[in-house]
Amino acid sequence: METVLKIVIGILGVVAVWQAIRVFEISAKIKGSDTDQDVNDKDNKTQGFLLALFVVGLIGSFFWMVSAYAPMELPKSASVHGEDIDNLWDISMGLIIIVFLITQPLLFGFGYWFRGKKGRKAVFLEHDNKLEFIWTVVPALVLAVLIIYGLTTWSEVMNPSKDGEEPMVVEIYSKQFGWTARYAGADNTLGYANVQKIEGANVLGVDSTDKFSADDVVVTELHLPVGKPVLLKFRSQDVIHSAYLPHFRVQMNCVPGTPTHFQFVPSVTTADMRLDEHVITKTNNINEIRKAKGDDPYEFDYLLLCNKICGSAHYNMQLKVVVETQEEYDNWMKDQRAFATLTK
Amino acid sequence: MAAEDSHEDGHHHHEETFISKYVFSLDHKMISKQFLVTGMIMGIIGVSMSLLFRLQLAWPEKEWPIFEALLGKWGVDGVMSPEMYLALVTIHGTIMVFFVLTAGLSGTFSNLLIPLQIGARDMASGFINMLSYWFFFASSVVMIMSLFVESGPASAGWTIYPPLSALPQAMPGSGMGMTLWLVSMSLFIVSSLLGALNYIVTVLNLRTKGMSMTRLPLTIWAFFVTAILGVLSFPVLFSAALLLIFDRSFGTSFYLSDIMVSGELLSNAGGSPILFQHLFWFLGHPEVYIILLPALGITSEVISTNARKPIFGYRAMVGSILAIAFLSFIVWGHHMFITGMNPFLGSVFTFTTLLIAIPSAVKAFNYITTLWKGNLRLTPAMLFSIGLVSTFITGGLTGLILGDSALDINVHDTYFVVAHFHIVMGLSAIFGMFAGVYHWFPKMYGRRMFKGLGYAHFWLTFVCAYGVFFPMHFMGMAGLPRRYYTNTSFPMFDDLADINVLISVFAIVGGIAQLIFLFNFFYSAVRGQKSTRNPWRSNTMEWTTPVEHIHGNWPGEIPEVHRWAYDYSKPGADDDFISQIEPLKEGEVETGH
Repeated sequence: METVLKIVIGILGVVAVWQAIRVFEISAKIKGSDTDQDVNDKDNKTQGFLLALFVVGLIGSFFWMVSAYAPMELPKSASVHGEDIDNLWDISMGLIIIVFLITQPLLFGFGYWFRGKKGRKAVFLEHDNKLEFIWTVVPALVLAVLIIYGLTTWSEVMNPSKDGEEPMVVEIYSKQFGWTARYAGADNTLGYANVQKIEGANVLGVDSTDKFSADDVVVTELHLPVGKPVLLKFRSQDVIHSAYLPHFRVQMNCVPGTPTHFQFVPSVTTADMRLDEHVITKTNNINEIRKAKGDDPYEFDYLLLCNKICGSAHYNMQLKVVVETQEEYDNWMKDQRAFATLTK
Repeated sequence: MAAEDSHEDGHHHHEETFISKYVFSLDHKMISKQFLVTGMIMGIIGVSMSLLFRLQLAWPEKEWPIFEALLGKWGVDGVMSPEMYLALVTIHGTIMVFFVLTAGLSGTFSNLLIPLQIGARDMASGFINMLSYWFFFASSVVMIMSLFVESGPASAGWTIYPPLSALPQAMPGSGMGMTLWLVSMSLFIVSSLLGALNYIVTVLNLRTKGMSMTRLPLTIWAFFVTAILGVLSFPVLFSAALLLIFDRSFGTSFYLSDIMVSGELLSNAGGSPILFQHLFWFLGHPEVYIILLPALGITSEVISTNARKPIFGYRAMVGSILAIAFLSFIVWGHHMFITGMNPFLGSVFTFTTLLIAIPSAVKAFNYITTLWKGNLRLTPAMLFSIGLVSTFITGGLTGLILGDSALDINVHDTYFVVAHFHIVMGLSAIFGMFAGVYHWFPKMYGRRMFKGLGYAHFWLTFVCAYGVFFPMHFMGMAGLPRRYYTNTSFPMFDDLADINVLISVFAIVGGIAQLIFLFNFFYSAVRGQKSTRNPWRSNTMEWTTPVEHIHGNWPGEIPEVHRWAYDYSKPGADDDFISQIEPLKEGEVETGH
């Protein structure tokens, strides 16, 4: 019975499409639009007007989005180098917005102003060396500034000065689908580790015979003292993951077989960030939405997310990050167990 | 020349069978239509997939019976599984990038226009051209087949980074689905190389008398340079795929080292997953321009014809095509800034990447200037071309952010990237393709498409396209990673839910709007208004051939070319266009040289 019904529906569908096409044909014939596909002045007028309307809408909605979506953006940087990145971002963004706001109205404006009319003749302009010279050299100069500024920032972020305080070494270990952190302990040197040594509770494959490994501390929540440089060393057990700490403007891939690292200085504690105006607004917005859905309220926390496709639970691979004062950090660390006591 | 002419003349009296005319055709015009229709079918599949995952992203808690109907065991009770989500984004990307915008775009228009616009009877080798299509067809069939294997299609993202793509233990899609993906892509690469070699040889050797390189229309320049890019970069992708096949099937360790996956310790040692990324992006970045340049070439032609003005700065346009093509080979590392690559290398790639902005800016300014003081005929093709310039600028500008290694750190792999590349290469290229179809439809089918439907299609597509991708920048700036099955696991993204709904609504409306195009296309091909020989009053040579397709393109001798393609509204001329085959009048100065 159901099959018959499906066939009947199928046939009726075909008939309906066929009839719609007939209606289209007849109406086209009545309007005469079936034999006249040449664009006339009336079309040019309508389409030219729509082009002008579009650019007004585009720029209008651009400004609307900038203001409406601003509360959703990431808060101010929670790391020292992040401020440099944010400055570079603001300058680059400002620049491209200016170019966007000049070129789009020109493009669509010309589409409107020079819409075709019978009897009008286009000017014959094949090239203009002076003009072309200008719009080759001006972008080149602007880019030179951007490139120099960008490269300086990049090099400062990637090669932190060696004269300062020695960074605290922490390993970030990734696997499908979770993160683990390993502190280097008092000697600030991580014990040797390899996937071949993974056994039982020793999930990171730390070599217990290595003298540096005894004081290592393995945890599932990353705590960092504020204002102290930290060197994150990344390792992956299976596929490529990416450790993404958006609030700190930090990201680095975790590559199986190839160690990677990223050094930075956290500059705002979790507690302070929760008092930030932007964070308060964003958190309130989120909690309104969550309340409507009946979810638990949300409290701001720094997070480390996976940002490289890694398998089915890629969308839910997170590690809580806490930035706190040295004292709070020391207290927390006191309660953690060293690697040597774990395996015994 | 004469001997060849008589040979070809004899040719089109042959009685052709259905098979030799429509299936295993050697005629470039028929092969072009085959590429177009296959590309359109793949496009329908690719876009439909995106609509499915847009449903999932906007309404993650809803149950959609359509998921169960289409996805079967991956959509039980109307809930899409995370594995299927990843498979959909992977195959969507693969299909759109390779099957629609590489083969569909280049295959269609290079085949149609290269012989017609340079004044050749056909491609240098009709047989290789036919092979190129049938390899593409086989490749498409294998890719579609891979959707139906038990463990699911490839799901490691269209960039198929190992080890994820190499290890079936890491995700089900890396089993049989990935094998078929690699087979399909290998066939695709063969198709692409056969096609590209043919295009290069044809452009270099078969230009008619008087058609010097500097008189070539910009379409041909774009197709020519695109083909060179393809020949130089696709083999590298093939080598990457080959090594991956070895790692997957024969126990080698090119990309694998120190891995324990789902509790199993692998013996692979010494390989580097980053090596794959270098090889992949050595193709992957030129690939962006393999997609984009033909669209820009089409736009140059459509804008100039419909502005009734010469393209502004022809030489600068050719120069910037060459500059972009050259630079595209030395920027691949900007996809890998945060892989742990040496920061110095990152600096070099930032430098070369940002340089691309210069020729791109020249192109954008030249398009805008071509419109200035024109007498614009706003056909659907013209509107799509203007749309292309708009998205090319919008998407290109955010490239200045992403190409800057320091800024890339925090938006890498976020929705900011999704917005950027969809606008600059996805939308621009698809708009170029639409412009090409509307413009050359009379040449392909001898009939006209309905302009009213064309306008409706353009405006719905254009508005929805911006509506889908523009808001994604803001999601990226909120730190939302791409390829997340849902962002409900992170309360910090809860406030993005409304944007997701907005985007999906635009996507669905825009997707449905494509039905207007499909109807217009197929209906007009059969019952549209009959076209005249030169409906757009255009200068290029394809419009000097008869409306009815014949083997060898021109009855009798191939006309000689006397001028460049852009003598529109030339002072002193009787009409606002002068065909390339029109000899110079007495005392007329040749322009464009």
